[in-house]
Amino acid sequence: MSASSSQPASAPLSPKRSDVQTGVLGTWRNPGIWLILLAIVVVGVWPVVTQRAATREVIFTVLLSVVLASSLNIILGYTGYVSFGHIVFFGLGGYVGMYLLSAQQASLWVAIPVGGLAAALLAFLLGKAILRLRGAYFALATIGVNEAMRTFINNFEPFGGPTGISLNLKIYQEYGGAAQALWLTYYLLVVFALGAIILSFMVKTSKFGLGLVAIREDEDAAEVMGVITPNAKTWAYVLSAILPGMVGVLFYFKNGNVEPGDAFRLHFSIELLVMVMLGGFGTVLGPVIGAAGYQRLRGFLLTSPLFKDIQLAVAGVLLLVIILFIPAGAVGWLRNRFPVLRRVLP
Amino acid sequence: MPQIDLLLASLPDGILLGFVYGLAAMGLALIWGVMNVINLSHGPIITLGMFGTFFLFTRADTNPYLGLIPIAALGLLLGILIYIVAVHRVINAPHLSSLLATFSVNMIIIGLGTALLTTSPYNVDFTLPAIKIGSTTLLGTRLVAALVSILFTGGLYLFLYRARPGKYIRAVANNRAAAELMGIDSTRILALSFGLGTMLAAVSGALIATFFPFNILSGGGYELKSFVISVLGGLGNPIGALFGGLILGTLEGIIPAFLETSWVPVIEFSLFVMILLIRPSGLFGAKS
Repeated sequence: MSASSSQPASAPLSPKRSDVQTGVLGTWRNPGIWLILLAIVVVGVWPVVTQRAATREVIFTVLLSVVLASSLNIILGYTGYVSFGHIVFFGLGGYVGMYLLSAQQASLWVAIPVGGLAAALLAFLLGKAILRLRGAYFALATIGVNEAMRTFINNFEPFGGPTGISLNLKIYQEYGGAAQALWLTYYLLVVFALGAIILSFMVKTSKFGLGLVAIREDEDAAEVMGVITPNAKTWAYVLSAILPGMVGVLFYFKNGNVEPGDAFRLHFSIELLVMVMLGGFGTVLGPVIGAAGYQRLRGFLLTSPLFKDIQLAVAGVLLLVIILFIPAGAVGWLRNRFPVLRRVLP
Repeated sequence: MPQIDLLLASLPDGILLGFVYGLAAMGLALIWGVMNVINLSHGPIITLGMFGTFFLFTRADTNPYLGLIPIAALGLLLGILIYIVAVHRVINAPHLSSLLATFSVNMIIIGLGTALLTTSPYNVDFTLPAIKIGSTTLLGTRLVAALVSILFTGGLYLFLYRARPGKYIRAVANNRAAAELMGIDSTRILALSFGLGTMLAAVSGALIATFFPFNILSGGGYELKSFVISVLGGLGNPIGALFGGLILGTLEGIIPAFLETSWVPVIEFSLFVMILLIRPSGLFGAKS
């Protein structure tokens, strides 16, 4: 790396980088981001047009995964820290929100931001502590945090202990009845999905994001080049936790109840990692493609008569093949194969 | 003093279990120590060991302790197979790749196992006479399991420090490039180490099956315990894992005398995170 550069922190880290663009709209001139947002809007509006609840439920699952995978990508893909227990933020946000909704009779409009804040606060405190660990030690610590939280809430009486928190059906009347509340959560989720993608793009194209990528490539070099790594890592962790906390409230509000085993399921955490890997980590589009692809594939395997019983094994084989042969994921593979796409695929 | 009575009843049991937990964790720690891979297929392999005992005992009428020999051999072969198929290509890739590669093996085993064996509980109906000392009862199966664990630990120690392939393993763990320059075929040694790691996991599963009921998903809990233990004993320090297991077993024996049993995992996982933060090299040191 050349030492003569006047802006050391934004010096090109690898010849592959071509994400930082300038112009009237700045980085927003990139057509790729608009296409992704448009695609989310089209998919999001579709069930509203057809008014079919079944389609809405399918898309709800996909968009939920989009939010979670895109958020995870900030710490995993950009910063290079493998957060194995990322679901802890989703679960904690959901729990805090459900507690406010049921025990404090708070409205959903209060519960969602507070759930997000709780997750962000946890990420901040954890960030100060466990982000010092590198590589697999960090991954192990996040598993430990998730399990400690799950087993703790299992014993925590205000949150209902092992039975969790259930909402009284009357709560939904405030939002126009249960059927209307389902639509409301859906609209909100579409907004959150758009928000997650915009956040991911903004982080990626900012100087802050460049610092994160520098940490991913070589943390010591990044430090020498002027990136204040402990702060950058902590904020990346907070940014990756806030939306999972908020959609956690949304999800469990829709679900009507939350239990420790569901809220902190390690398996779901790992599924998120798989989605990011499938699509291509470190890209804005990757987690979106990965989330949609993974959920569609799962839906197909679960309903196919041939694979129904061994769907998990089939998914495992596919995952292994991808890890071994296409480690950059779908978007990463495209970007490497067709360099011209690097300008348009964020 | 009811607590003392409770303690006398639960502590020896916990310690005996600790040896078996330690054996399972030893497999995880060995693989980590040699190739810096966290084996996420550890849990399902423990489960396979449990089913090994179940089928050998109920279908072939084999003594569970005699059955350990074929289970250990199959565990070794399975581990070598997993290494060749799933791990070898990602051995030098970032951690995420090897984590997900071993996790996909986990999914394959659990997926096939669920389809073939369902998730209903299984039980090996095997008992040995218990030993009574005062208010303490030592169950025969747990006593033998602890002895077998100690035997395996001793065997592993001798193998690593006395036998030639064991010395190669330590050399590769220490510095793979230098070991290759000395003429060691590192691929073979890595495959062997992975095989030994899964062998230990399978044997511990086979032992656990003699005293606890289980189903195809049971291994997950022991996998998490193995993480805690290997961190206690120092990741990458297989012999330290036995002591880590003893600490965990002792905790599991002491805590229920003072708190509700459901608090045991809270304390275990909090301890796990604390140790990672304060002393990531483990209580007994290991390579840093």
